[in-house]
Amino acid sequence: MQIKTIDQLHQVKADAIAALKARNDAKTQIILGMGTCGIAAGGRAVLAAVEEQIKKLGLEDKICVYSTGCIGMCHNEPLLDVVRPGEDRVTYGSVTAEDVEKIFAEHVLGGNVFKNKAIARIPLEGAKAVDLPAYSEMPFYAKQRKNALKNCGYINPDSLEEYIAADGYEALAKAVLALTPEDVIEEVKKSGLRGRGGGGFPTGLKWSFCRKSQGPKKYIICNADEGDPGAFMDRSLLEGDPHAVLEGMALGAYAIGADEGYIYCRAEYPLAIKRLNQAIAQAEEAGVLGDNIFGTDFSFKLHVKEGAGAFVCGEETALMQSIEGQRGMPRPRPPFPAVKGLWEKPSNINNVETWGNVPCIIRNGGEAYAAYGTEKSKGTKVFALTGKINNPGLAEVPMGITMREIIFEIAGGIQDGKKFKAVQIGGPSGGCMPEELLDTPVDYDSLIAAGAMMGSGGLVVMDETTCMVDVAKFFLTFTQSESCGKCTPCREGTKRMLEILTGITEGRGKEGDIERLQKLARSIKAGALCALGQTAPNPVLSTIRYFRDEYEAHIKDKKCPAGACQKLISYRITDACKGCSLCARNCPASAISGELKQQFVIDQSKCIKCGVCMNNCRFAAIVRE
Amino acid sequence: MAVTAAEKEKLLDELLAKYQGFKGATIPVLQKAQEIFGYLPKDVLIKISKAIDVPISKIYGVVTFYAQFHLEPRGEHIVRSCQGTACHVRGGKVVLEAMQKKLGLSDDKCTTDDLKFTIETVACIGACALAPCVMVDEDTHGRLTTDKACAMLDTYANA
Repeated sequence: MQIKTIDQLHQVKADAIAALKARNDAKTQIILGMGTCGIAAGGRAVLAAVEEQIKKLGLEDKICVYSTGCIGMCHNEPLLDVVRPGEDRVTYGSVTAEDVEKIFAEHVLGGNVFKNKAIARIPLEGAKAVDLPAYSEMPFYAKQRKNALKNCGYINPDSLEEYIAADGYEALAKAVLALTPEDVIEEVKKSGLRGRGGGGFPTGLKWSFCRKSQGPKKYIICNADEGDPGAFMDRSLLEGDPHAVLEGMALGAYAIGADEGYIYCRAEYPLAIKRLNQAIAQAEEAGVLGDNIFGTDFSFKLHVKEGAGAFVCGEETALMQSIEGQRGMPRPRPPFPAVKGLWEKPSNINNVETWGNVPCIIRNGGEAYAAYGTEKSKGTKVFALTGKINNPGLAEVPMGITMREIIFEIAGGIQDGKKFKAVQIGGPSGGCMPEELLDTPVDYDSLIAAGAMMGSGGLVVMDETTCMVDVAKFFLTFTQSESCGKCTPCREGTKRMLEILTGITEGRGKEGDIERLQKLARSIKAGALCALGQTAPNPVLSTIRYFRDEYEAHIKDKKCPAGACQKLISYRITDACKGCSLCARNCPASAISGELKQQFVIDQSKCIKCGVCMNNCRFAAIVRE
Repeated sequence: MAVTAAEKEKLLDELLAKYQGFKGATIPVLQKAQEIFGYLPKDVLIKISKAIDVPISKIYGVVTFYAQFHLEPRGEHIVRSCQGTACHVRGGKVVLEAMQKKLGLSDDKCTTDDLKFTIETVACIGACALAPCVMVDEDTHGRLTTDKACAMLDTYANA
C-alpha cells in the first residue's frame, strides 16, 4: 500500500509490530549474522546446517529463519541467535555446522541454553531472562552507545516493515509534514553533527550553503566509496540498515531542496549494492521515496552508482566526475559543490555514516544527539577495530572516550599477550599514536593535535612486532599508487618519498633522509590539489614524530628493531644447536649445512630469510637479529 | 553454459540500446560490457564509443584509470587478495604469495594459461575483522592461512 499520511505510516507501523509479535509468539526465531563478515567466517555453512536440521526434525511451521546485518562482534562470527517465544534472545558465537545440531537439540527443542558457544543475551521486554550476561554487561558493549548502528544486527535488512516498526521513516514524515527545510537544517546544526567521512565539516552548515544556492535542480549524494583500508563501518551500515541511509538522504534532499540523489558505492561491496537497490525499490513502492512523498509536493528519486576501483573517488569532486562518467580526478575548489557540483548543479555530499545519523537527529531532536560527546565533537562515532587485538569488530562510542578505553576495554587488549606499540587511526590520511597518547580523548580536534585524524574511523592496532617504518611505507605505497596524477606535488612527491622510505627499509638509508622526508612532506601538504595528496604524508610524519629512533636504527645501524624488514634481518644458528639437521632439511634455499651432531651454519648469501628454520628448530637454537 | 560470441554481441546491442541518451553512461556501460565479455576487447570499446557518442580516447582514458577495467582476457574465477592495512599486519602478503605459487602466477602474470583463475590484489574489501581475507568472485573468505587459502582454491578448481 502507498503511505500518504502520518496516520497511514503509523498504521503500517502498528501492523508491522503486531505481525512481528504474532510471529515471535508462535515461532522460535533463528537469526543469522549474514553480513560480509559473517559470510566470510562461514555463515553460509551454518545456514545450510540450520535448514537441514529444520527439515530433519520437521520444524518448518515452528521456526522462522532470517538473516540480519552486523552487530559488531566480528571476532565471534559466525553468529547465530535463538529466540524462543517469551524468552530472551540468546547469541551464540563462532558457530560451526556441528554446533547447530546441538543448539537445536538442547536449546530450540530442549529449552536449555547450549552453554559451550553461548555468549550473551539481549533482554526482551516481558521475556523470561536466561542465565547469561546481558549485552550491556559485556566489556565489548558496556561503553557503546548506538545511533547510526541502532538497527544493525537487530532488524532484518530485507524488510521495510521491520525498519518502520523500529521508528523508520518517522523522521521523514515529521520533516515533510511539520517542519520547514530551515527547521531541519537548524535541528542538524543543533545536533553538532560533523562529517563522519573524515574531514569533520559541520553537516548543518554544509547543508545551509547548498540550501542558499539558487537553481531549480540540486543533487544529494551519498559517498559510499569507503576506500580507507581498515574501515568497514559504511559497508556494515549499508548491509545492515539500508533504509536508515535512504531516509537520511531524503531528509537532506528536503532540507536543501533537491529532488534527485546518487549513492556512489564501491563495487567491492556487492551485498551492500544489492541491499540498497532492494531498499530503494521497497521505499518507492511504499511511497516513502519517489513522487509526492507523504502526499506533499516533495519528490525524491535515488540512483545507485557503482564505483570502478579508484581510491581518489572518495574525494568529493573526483566522485562527481566519476558519476558523470569521466576519470575520477579532483578539481580545484572553489567553486564548491554546494555552488557547482554534479553536472554543474548545486550538490550536497555526505558519507554513509553521516546520513545514517540524520534520521535519529530529526526524530529525537538535535539536543538529544548533542548530549553525547565533547564540546566540539558531538554525538557518537563508529570505529572499525582491527589489527592485533582480541576483539576485532565494529563499535559505536560517544565522542571523547579515550583511545585506551577503546583498545583495552572494548577491543579486549592486545592479542597473544604482546605489548601495545601504536594505533593507526584515519587510514592513509591519518597517523600513528603511541602508548603515551592513549589517554587522548577521541574527537576531531584532539586527534589533529596529536598528528592523526579521525578519518573514517578505522583503527588498526599494532604490537611490538610491527615496524613503524614499514607501516609508513605501506600507507605511502597505497597513496602513491592511488594518486590520480593530476597535480605534481602528489604525483611526483609521493613517489620520491616512497623511494627514500624503501631505501631505508632495505638498508640503503642515508644520513639526512629523515629531514628530506619531512621537507618533501611539507611541500606536498602545502601544494597538493586535494585531500588525498594533502594528507598522504601524515603516516610518515607521525611515525617520524613518535618513532624517530626506529628510523634512525634502520638508517644508522641498518637494523629493524621489530624484525619486520626482511632485508635488514638475518638468521643465525647459536651454540645451542644439537646438530639434528632438521633446519637444513627444511630450508627451501639449501642455505644451511653442517655435520650431524655438530653446530650447523647458515650461508647468508643464499638465505632468503623465510624463517622456516627458526620455526622448526626444537632447541630454540636459531635467532633472528 | 558457455555463451557464444553471437549471443554476446546480441547482449551488447541490447545493453547499448538501453543506455541511449543516458547521462553519465560511460562507466555503467563499460561495467556491464565487461560482465558480458569478461574483459574489454578493442572492438567492443570502439562499438561502445560510437553508440554512446563518447570519443574512444576518452573511453580508453576511463578504462585505464579505474582498477576495475581490464583490456586482457581474465580467468573464470577472480581471486582478489586483500592487501589492506589489517590484512597487511596479519600476513595478507604471505597468503597472496602462497596462492600465486600454487597456481604458478606472480605479480606480473595474473592469469593462469587455462584461463581458470586470475589473482589480483585489492586495497581493502572491508572485512578487516576477519583478516587476512580473500574474495573469490563474490564470496569472501576470512581468517585464512596459507594452507586454508590453497585448499579453498581447490574447491573452485574442482567445482
